[in-house]
Amino acid sequence: MTNGWNDIKNTDLVVIMGGNAAEAHPCGFKWVTEAKAHRGAKLVVVDPRFTRSAAVADYYAPIRQGTDIAFLMGVINYCIQNEKVQWDYVKAFTNASYIVKEGFEYSDGLFTGYDESRRDYNRSTWDYEFGADGFAVVDETLQNPRCVWNLLKKHVATYTPEMVERICGTPKDKFVAVAKMIAETSAKDKVMTSMYALGWTQHSKGSQNIRGMAMLQLILGNIGVRGGGMNALRGHSNIQGLTDIGLMSNLIPGYLTLPTEREADINAYMSTRGFRPQRPGQMSFWQNYKKFFVSFQKSMWGAAATKDNDFAYDYLPKLDVPAYDVLRAFDLMHQGKMNGYFCQGFNPLLSFPNKRKLTAALSKLKFLVVFDPLETETARFWENHGEFNDVNPASIQTEVFQLPTTCFAEDEGSLTNSSRWIQWHWPAAEPPGEAKTDIWIMAQLHLKLKAMYRKDGGKFPDPIVNLHWPYRLPNDPQPEEIARELNGYVVENVPDPNDATKLVLERGKQIPTFGVLRDDGSTACGCWIYAGIYTEAGNMMARRGTADPGDTGAYSQWAFSWPANRRILYNRASADINGKPWDESRKLIWWNGTNWGGFDIPDIAPTAKPQDVGPFIMNPEGVSRLFTRGMMRDGPFPVHYEPFESPIANPIAPKVRGNPVARVFRGDMEQFGDSKEFPYAATSYRLTEHFHFWTKHVWVNAVLQPEFFVEISEELAKEKKIASGGWVRVWSKRGSVKAKAVVTKRIRPLVCDGKTVHIVGIPIHWGFTGAAKKGFGANMLTPFVGDANIETPEYKAFLVDVEPIAGAQV
Amino acid sequence: MATLQSQDIVRRSATTFTPPAARHQIKVAKLIDVSKCIGCKACQAACLEWNNLREDVGVNVGQYQNPHDLTANSWTLMRFTEWVNPETDNLEWLIRKDGCMHCEDPGCLKACPSPGAIVQYSNGIVDFVSENCIGCGYCIKGCPFNIPRISKADSKAYKCTLCVDRVSVGQAPACAKSCPTQAIVFGTKEAMLEHAAGRVTDLKSRGYKNAGIYDPPGVGGTHVMYVLHHADKPQIYASLPNNPAISPIVGLWKGTVKYAGMAALGLMAVFGFMHHVVAGPNEVTEEDEENAKKLKDAAE
Amino acid sequence: MNMQLSRRAFLGRTGAGIAGTALGALGFGEVESAYAQAVRPFKLARTTETRNTCTYCSVACGIIMYSMGDGSKNAKSAVIHIEGDPDHPVNRGTLCPKGAALLDYVHSETRLKYPMYRKPGSDKFERVTWDFALDRIAQLMKADRDANFIEKNNDGQTVNRWTTTGFLAASATTNETAFATYKVVRSAGMVVFDNQARV
Repeated sequence: MTNGWNDIKNTDLVVIMGGNAAEAHPCGFKWVTEAKAHRGAKLVVVDPRFTRSAAVADYYAPIRQGTDIAFLMGVINYCIQNEKVQWDYVKAFTNASYIVKEGFEYSDGLFTGYDESRRDYNRSTWDYEFGADGFAVVDETLQNPRCVWNLLKKHVATYTPEMVERICGTPKDKFVAVAKMIAETSAKDKVMTSMYALGWTQHSKGSQNIRGMAMLQLILGNIGVRGGGMNALRGHSNIQGLTDIGLMSNLIPGYLTLPTEREADINAYMSTRGFRPQRPGQMSFWQNYKKFFVSFQKSMWGAAATKDNDFAYDYLPKLDVPAYDVLRAFDLMHQGKMNGYFCQGFNPLLSFPNKRKLTAALSKLKFLVVFDPLETETARFWENHGEFNDVNPASIQTEVFQLPTTCFAEDEGSLTNSSRWIQWHWPAAEPPGEAKTDIWIMAQLHLKLKAMYRKDGGKFPDPIVNLHWPYRLPNDPQPEEIARELNGYVVENVPDPNDATKLVLERGKQIPTFGVLRDDGSTACGCWIYAGIYTEAGNMMARRGTADPGDTGAYSQWAFSWPANRRILYNRASADINGKPWDESRKLIWWNGTNWGGFDIPDIAPTAKPQDVGPFIMNPEGVSRLFTRGMMRDGPFPVHYEPFESPIANPIAPKVRGNPVARVFRGDMEQFGDSKEFPYAATSYRLTEHFHFWTKHVWVNAVLQPEFFVEISEELAKEKKIASGGWVRVWSKRGSVKAKAVVTKRIRPLVCDGKTVHIVGIPIHWGFTGAAKKGFGANMLTPFVGDANIETPEYKAFLVDVEPIAGAQV
Repeated sequence: MATLQSQDIVRRSATTFTPPAARHQIKVAKLIDVSKCIGCKACQAACLEWNNLREDVGVNVGQYQNPHDLTANSWTLMRFTEWVNPETDNLEWLIRKDGCMHCEDPGCLKACPSPGAIVQYSNGIVDFVSENCIGCGYCIKGCPFNIPRISKADSKAYKCTLCVDRVSVGQAPACAKSCPTQAIVFGTKEAMLEHAAGRVTDLKSRGYKNAGIYDPPGVGGTHVMYVLHHADKPQIYASLPNNPAISPIVGLWKGTVKYAGMAALGLMAVFGFMHHVVAGPNEVTEEDEENAKKLKDAAE
Repeated sequence: MNMQLSRRAFLGRTGAGIAGTALGALGFGEVESAYAQAVRPFKLARTTETRNTCTYCSVACGIIMYSMGDGSKNAKSAVIHIEGDPDHPVNRGTLCPKGAALLDYVHSETRLKYPMYRKPGSDKFERVTWDFALDRIAQLMKADRDANFIEKNNDGQTVNRWTTTGFLAASATTNETAFATYKVVRSAGMVVFDNQARV
């Protein structure tokens, strides 16, 4: 989230599209109801289903799953055509005026540089013109036909209301009604917030769905302001923290990246990072990259990370592919190229697509280790559960370890929510039986490996035996000790350059902020964006101050919000080019002539002149990007692509199937079905009564929603003679499930490109363990393909067939 | 220990004297704003947890509603109705939290033949005292909202207590506290009426011209009220009664028991009569109602 | 509903009830002390309160866990109730149907209590000791790492990566767990490393 849960109360218009906040985040959704009650805000829901969010919306418009980009580009087109643009914002804070290189073009669904054989682009033309001074060339009059604004205008012109109806199935009048409500927030005193989640990410073009809305929000001037923003609702309680701390193939904590194998030393590594400003005077915050990186290396390897060994640069693994994401991991496993796998509080056998492939993959492992507080299907993938898990244990040679862990009630530490609040919690009970904390288990594994490598040697033991392990009890590190590491501390005294008798930084002290980090090895910091969580003043995550000056919803004394306790990102953009708030009633920070002040910690330096320094400090431009250069694999502007399994051909580019650069593994393309064989457009989702695959173990939740079902329209039910509450079989090219049918008015057939499209809704919460009735996972059906940029699987749009069946199952 | 004691009681079942009610508590009420309800069932979960009750895990019967009806364990239930508004042709998903309405004039209490099995406190809460309950089910017949249920475990009647144990220590009922969207609010009846009026104004501004408060006079008003977007049609909300009133049979029973008790005569005749009309058929027919009215008129 | 039983009970007991009513109406005082017990005692009166964060979604609602046991030597504590934290700025005491039922997660019948091990080809889990499990896992890790760790790629560049064992990190564990995990996994050279944010 750029903003936060409480801030939603400050909005005028809530658009829920690509998510279902009332269903998946009821207590966060509260702030929508507050905005409605206290500001007279309106709620718009755009979704294939009339959801629980839609139940309390002021306006609902249906849309076919997988067509959000067409809708969003249509709204941008509407805003441009109807002059609903926050011009002062667009001119000051976006790259609308930047000139794009000659050679960059778009036609028939593809940008310049496409290579079909590699399913990839040569992206060299997707860039700005740079002047002799090294800065990007701009035309502030926006007259140049090659400026971003004019290219954008041309790009979105295709998406007329008629085209939107043709692609999305949203009746034109409903689309225009929504576009109109959105467009009104281009006024300086009107704000819209976007609340989205997996409804946008779980597509082969998920990243571009989100970009589409981000671009719209920029055009309307709704980023950085109270009540505005791009608000990813996010999933699990610490999904934000795990990403912040970089538990991903290619990440280092704080959104630094692992080296690739082409980067032989730290200089080569730094040459593609630590971007210099592309416009004069901009902060381009990644210029500090090396300080964060070296401090991270010191935190990892302590005294073994020295200037002489490039701060242990070679201790880091170097990547040969962009990432070993979960789809690649299971594909490698399926090919027999992996031997061991650890699942820490994760249930991939239900979480990832194409269960049949997953089972085959896990069966090829030598060993599988599962840590969890609860039973999981993954830990028992080898166990026969009839039609729900039809395997032969004798043929599966995998050794499986199931290790019991503590749950929240028995555990201490911090979690980071989607508002980026890092909150400390305390345990209330002893773990059951012999359950242990994950930290304890990881410590034992490390210490055992370390002991074996010390004793017996082996391949490159250095990073293991030298891992900095400074805990009072090495086999039982305490959460507070690790929190202090994450925050960062001073390794060597740093004298004051102006007064040698004084120290700027004193050895052993916790650092107060990432601003003091250094690239010479004198500071250590586990995750630079978490600097400030545990300072000399104590555990800032445990703060419980409820004061909220100005009633902004910032609550800046409650816990700690990264970065630097900032509550709204890009808050500089809440004020105009001279530092005056766009809307006095919603002011956030402002310039008083000499410095910035207000209700939040400013993004930019407190004394940076408003006319000089742009709000988008992480971008070398200092402004936001309507055109994103070569940073996304599938284009600098979003394009509507159909899902890989789609009921119709792409009306704007009939020859392109799916996202043209999405990665498809060998064998998976053959497992995509077409609309002749599988006529219905399916989508999978969560229900409010359940949380993924956990709450089927929770008695009360099992009562509230006991049994697997699918949802279909009354029209489809009539056509297929399916009774509500009766049994159906639903199948895709990859598998088949049996479910109860819920026949509902909340799903209606749509007409897309002249064809009637029926939608089948498939909730995800059942499996073969737990208190709820046994049921099939939706991932029996879902396709094994991910987003072109970040590889999130396409769970939201695929094809199935459905038929009524007799009788009950086991 | 609870603070609600005998002097807080204003009514008790099968008792002719008026309890002293020496203590005057502020009247409380729970307001359920159907227009803000997202049907998340947090209230159901909170109710089961607070009252240490659990249900058997059921099955899906083609709807979101689970369990499928109120039970002796599930004292509250989200009822889901998919309603197409004939005026706009738009679908409206009407989700009503069902449960005891805590009537000011409680039909269950009036119908109850067992002394002290049902009481009403001076703050308006109607409570079942299981020790005194004989499990006859008359309270179900007496209830215009069809709320109480008899437990299979102990054959006694159960329903929402409005979390009287929480209210008596100054806490809101568990359902009201949990509700994520402030669709359930708890406070004094006066404050709730004021809050509801504000909600009705907001709904009218959003085009719900018939928005209103459901506080039915036929039962003397209720201590659980609704805000409805279509207050002119309570029936569309999973058959919420348009004009609930206590069945005349119940009035007759109360009159008769007093008479019978005082005179200690004709006791068995009364039993015979009551056995037939109340405990007999599950549904009270119009004919029964009509006969009851006649009998009542005759008795008076 | 057991109507037969209830009717019998009705017939058997109502006489006394009516008599009581008559006594009351005739002005005799009643023993009403029963009503003092009519209201269930407030069950949290002397419980211990601990602040925590709901384990489910990223709204991160504040919760209060109520435990029995006051810390005295012979009283083992157990969580008996969980409710929203009214001070928490985001949820202000409210909880969703998952959060409101957190107690049943803590006490779920399918909570894991002991390390379990499944031998190749077996159709069952067997209980093992932590020492057995951890020793065996560490040995399997080292054997695989030593056999398959890539120090240099085909071009002779140092790559120091291990791709044959992977780690899927959680989504509801603490930041402190995350960093401890990061340190252990990365220091071993693992690159097949991902978390729930992907899906």
